[in-house]
Order: sequence, then C-alpha cells, then structure tokens
Amino acid sequence: MSEFLAMGGYGLYVWGSYGVALLCIVLDVLSLKK
Amino acid sequence: MLYKLASPQAFFPVAGTLIPWFGALAAALALAGLYVAFIVAPTDATQGEAYRIIFIHVPAAWMSMFLYLIMAGWAGLGLALNTRLSGMMASAIAPTGAMFTFIALWTGALWGKPTWGTWWVWDARLTSELILLFLYLGFIALKASIDDPLRADRAGAILALVGAVNVPIIYFSVQWWNTLHQGASVSLTRAPAMAMTMLTGMLLMALAAWMYSIAVSLARVRNIIQERERHAQWIQA
Repeated sequence: MSEFLAMGGYGLYVWGSYGVALLCIVLDVLSLKK
Repeated sequence: MLYKLASPQAFFPVAGTLIPWFGALAAALALAGLYVAFIVAPTDATQGEAYRIIFIHVPAAWMSMFLYLIMAGWAGLGLALNTRLSGMMASAIAPTGAMFTFIALWTGALWGKPTWGTWWVWDARLTSELILLFLYLGFIALKASIDDPLRADRAGAILALVGAVNVPIIYFSVQWWNTLHQGASVSLTRAPAMAMTMLTGMLLMALAAWMYSIAVSLARVRNIIQERERHAQWIQA
C-alpha cells in the first residue's frame, strides 16, 4: 500500500494532480447547491 | 420536439430527469478509468509512475477545448435565433469548462516538473491553454457584469465566438510552433502512439468527463432557469 502511495517517488506529483482535480470537482458540484 | 424543448419551461423537467443518469454514468466510467489507470496500466519505461498523470491531464485538456466550442456554439445559436435557453446553456457550461482548463494546466505543471524539469514554460501550447482559461473567466465576468440577461447573453456570445479562434490554435500549436509540449499521441487518422491499456484508460476517463460535464451543466442550467424565470407563473406553481 505504501509503495502504491509512493508512486515510485512521484507520489507528490501524481496525487497532487488527482487530489486537486477531485477538489475542483467537489467544489464544482457544491456550487450547484443554492 | 426540438422547438418545444427550446423553451426553458419544457426543458426544466427533462433536464431534471436526465441528471441522475448522466451522473451515474460519469461515476461508473470514472471508477473503471481509475482502475485501468492505477491497477491495470503498467509502469512506463522512461517516466516511471509519473506518466499516470496522463489519465487526468489529457481528458481534462480535451474537455477544456470541447466545452469551449459547445459553449460558443450555444452562444452563437442564441445570437442567431434569439432563443433564451441558448444563452443559459452557454452560462451553465462556462464554470465547468474553466474548471477543466484549470485542471489541465495544474496537472500539466505537476507533470512538467518531474519530466521536463520545470513547472511552466511560455511555449505555444501552454500559453494558448492559459488564454483559454482567461477566455472562460472573461466570459463569466462579462455576463455577470451586465444586469439585463438578454444583453448579457449577446455580449457574452460575441466574446465566446471571437475567442473560439483560440481553440484550433491550442490544438495545432504543437505542429505550428516548436514547443516543449509533445505532439498529439492520439488522432483519428492514424494508429495511436501508445499502448492499448493506456489508451483505454484515457478514453474511459474522457467519457467520464463528458458525462460529468453534461450532468453538471444540466443541473446548473436548471438553477439559471429558476433564477431568470422566477417571475413566471409556471415556476412559482
């Protein structure tokens, strides 16, 4: 599991990409609520 | 049928029915895409695991351009036919288009650092994609600054249509100029220059992004309809 998270030393870049993308999607969906 | 749906009143319930379907499709496709991206696809020989950013970067970049063209198309339709729903659709698409543009730029920076050695370069591909973000934000700001919705629709449509010239510039930038960004790996006219599993993962994520965009745009256009038609009898009923 920790090997998976490490992404061969690129963890910061890979998870930084997917994490921020997920955050954007969450904010986009939340913006629909009035 | 189409003419009937062009009225906000008729479109409102139809959009409401479609949203859960597109939302569920988006979630299922994204799960399948992530499975391929992280479990099935092997480590890249030259880039190691860093290349897995491709599965979010490329679909987001595609979507940023597609959504702009669709937004400009709706805006242009509104300008030509004076249909109220068209301008609302354009407004509904813009924030999600801007989001995908930002994701493309952000993931590009995080991919550029380990592979190119830099977060950012002012090359044609990156710069034109940044201009796309400004076009989306300009479109949103312009429409928000004009009180009369019909005037806002018209002004926004002109901006959107003029800005559409940027989309082919983004797409062909890697051919027209010497860029640090690589050329297209996927095209309709020749075999893709990548492994089948990678292509599958990318296409699944791209389809998920499409379904997501449709669901969110429909939900947003419903909000806009409610806001703009709040004085109409049908919405108060």
